[in-house]
Parts: sequence; structure tokens; C-alpha cells
Amino acid sequence: MKIGVVISEGPYTHQAADTAYHFVKAALAGGHEVPRVFFYHDGVNVSSRLTIPPQDERHIQNNWTALAQEHEIDLVVCIAAAQRRGLLDENEANRQGKDANNIADGFRISGLGQLIEMGIQTDRLVTFGD
Amino acid sequence: MSTLHTVNKSPFATQSLLSCLNHAKDGDAVLMIEDGVYGALSGSGMSEMVQAKAANVVIYVMSPDADARGLSADKMLAEVKGVDYAGFVNLVTEHDRTQSWL
Amino acid sequence: MSTTKKFLYVNRKAPYGTIYALESLEVVLIGAAFEQDVSLAFLDDGVFQLTKDQKTDGIGIKNFSPTYRALGDYDVTKLYVEKESLAERGLTAEDLQEIMYEDEDDDWEEKPSLRFVTRAEMADIMADQDVVLSF
Repeated sequence: MKIGVVISEGPYTHQAADTAYHFVKAALAGGHEVPRVFFYHDGVNVSSRLTIPPQDERHIQNNWTALAQEHEIDLVVCIAAAQRRGLLDENEANRQGKDANNIADGFRISGLGQLIEMGIQTDRLVTFGD
Repeated sequence: MSTLHTVNKSPFATQSLLSCLNHAKDGDAVLMIEDGVYGALSGSGMSEMVQAKAANVVIYVMSPDADARGLSADKMLAEVKGVDYAGFVNLVTEHDRTQSWL
Repeated sequence: MSTTKKFLYVNRKAPYGTIYALESLEVVLIGAAFEQDVSLAFLDDGVFQLTKDQKTDGIGIKNFSPTYRALGDYDVTKLYVEKESLAERGLTAEDLQEIMYEDEDDDWEEKPSLRFVTRAEMADIMADQDVVLSF
């Protein structure tokens, strides 16, 4: 089956990004497809390139970047939620006149339409939030 | 047609489990994940309600989350079945939709 | 897209204390362009999102409650409100905004978008959906 995933809380503060990660790994191992993971609300913070978690803790953003690369998962960060919370890619930073960008590899900023499209195109949709 | 409901908060912190159980229909499944696993504790103020609902709705608990929180099987209701992440995926595909009670 | 799915947006949280109410509404507005069969569910503290007379100057947060009244223009006309959730909170229909839509199949007659349902009816509505989004 094609399974869509929404992550609506930020890394470390909530377990959502971790549970979703283990769920997606299990889904892929089970032969299912996970074409997209959509990050909304504080979930956009998972995409920050600048996190430095303690060395003996899991690196949530790196884990997602690696998983997405290995399995061609489209990691989409909602532009409206991202702008509110200060997550910008290079284009957005230039467009908005900001002096930095901070999105990690493998994540892309796009519109809420991508969430609806995911709902339409997948067989199941699971939300990990608060 | 059936629904998999997920609950990720402790029933002693929020009303999510209560509301979920009040809306789950016969044949649905409820999966307690993350802090939601505390809803599976026996001898708590929620136990009776969970046990009663288990007659018509299959109730599961994420074993990795229960283990993380030091909840061994003997502390949890017998009616609640433990699953792992693969089991979570199976539940998502077996039921027609997943509804998260956040 | 030729597929039409039933999308339910579940609202269970109060407005302003957290952003979930506002950002869920933003999804509904964008989602309207996809012409799916959209319903909104308001239960538990979600019913508080629909109260009248929200005056937010004092807290310095934009009052987004007028947006619910615009939903009809986006063809989002099914806003299910759970009666038990209202009663448990000491609210009645009179405490909520009047939200209407114009029924194009009935000579553009103005009709209420808020549909008051029992808990059991809400459960049935939820069980009828293809995609459930929770915020």
C-alpha cells in the first residue's frame, strides 16, 4: 500500500518524529511505499540543518535525510508553517531578504496542497503529533 | 469498514483516550502509542472503561513504548495486546482509515 | 484529479492557546481548491473555536474567527458540531457564530453550515471518511 505520513510536532520535544521514523522504516521493510512525509505545525523544525543533539543521542534530522535518500521519500515542509517558525531554504531566504537559510538536505519547502495531494494519492494517511 | 484509532497521550493528562473510546465503533481498533500506553495500566481509574470497550473494539499497546516506560505486561490489562512497529503498520493497512487522537 | 475522497478535518483544541485551530483552518482553505468532499468536525475543546464575539486585541493575536464564515464561499459547508461537547462545556448553539452558505442547488438559498450532531452521529460521520486529518 501507499502510506502517507504527517509529522506535526518538532524534534526532541515530542516523540512524534521518532515514532513516525520507526513506523516508516517498518512500513518500508514490510514492502509498502511511503512516497511522502509532510511536516506541519512545529514539525517543520525537523528539517533544520543546524541541530546539534548530544553525541550519544539520535540525530533526528540526519536519520530522516538518510532514510529519504535511501528510499526516495519526498520530505515536504509546509511553507506557511516554515515561514512562521523561521525555516527557510536558499530561495526563500533570498526572496524574503533574510541573511541565512537553514533547511537540511533532502527536505523541500512547498505548499499545503502537497498534504492534500498526499491524502488523495495514498491508500492510508497517519498523523504523528501532539 | 473500520478505523484504527491512535492515542498518544496519557489518559491522566488529557481526555484524548476518553474521547477516542467514546467515538470508536464496534470492529474498530485502538492503538496506544507513546505516552498513550499508560491507558493500558490495570488498576487505574481508566481500567474499567478500557476493559468494557475491549469487548467490541480491539485494544493494542505499542510494546516498545511500554517497555521504554517500564510497564511490564503484568502491570497492564490482559485485554490489551502488545504490538511492535511492524504490527502498527499492519493495523494501519488492515483498517480502512487511521484517526489520530492528539 | 478524478478521484474524489471524503476528507474530514478533526478539531478538538481551543483557539489561541495553541496554533492548531488556525493552522488547521489554513489547510481547509488551501484544500478547497482540490474539490474533494470536505467536512469539518468540532468536538471536545474544538467547539470553542466557533464561539461568537472573539475580541483578541488584548492578547495581540489576530482574530481569525471571521474565516469560518468565509468557508461557504470555498464550498466547505459541512461543519459538524458535537452536542455533548457543547453541553459538557456549558455552551449552546446560541454561543456560536452564525455560519451560513448559499446552496447553489436550491436557488442560492442561505443555509446554516453548522450541523449539530450527537456523539454517536459524530462517530458515524468519522467512520464514513476516506482521509482523517487531526491537528
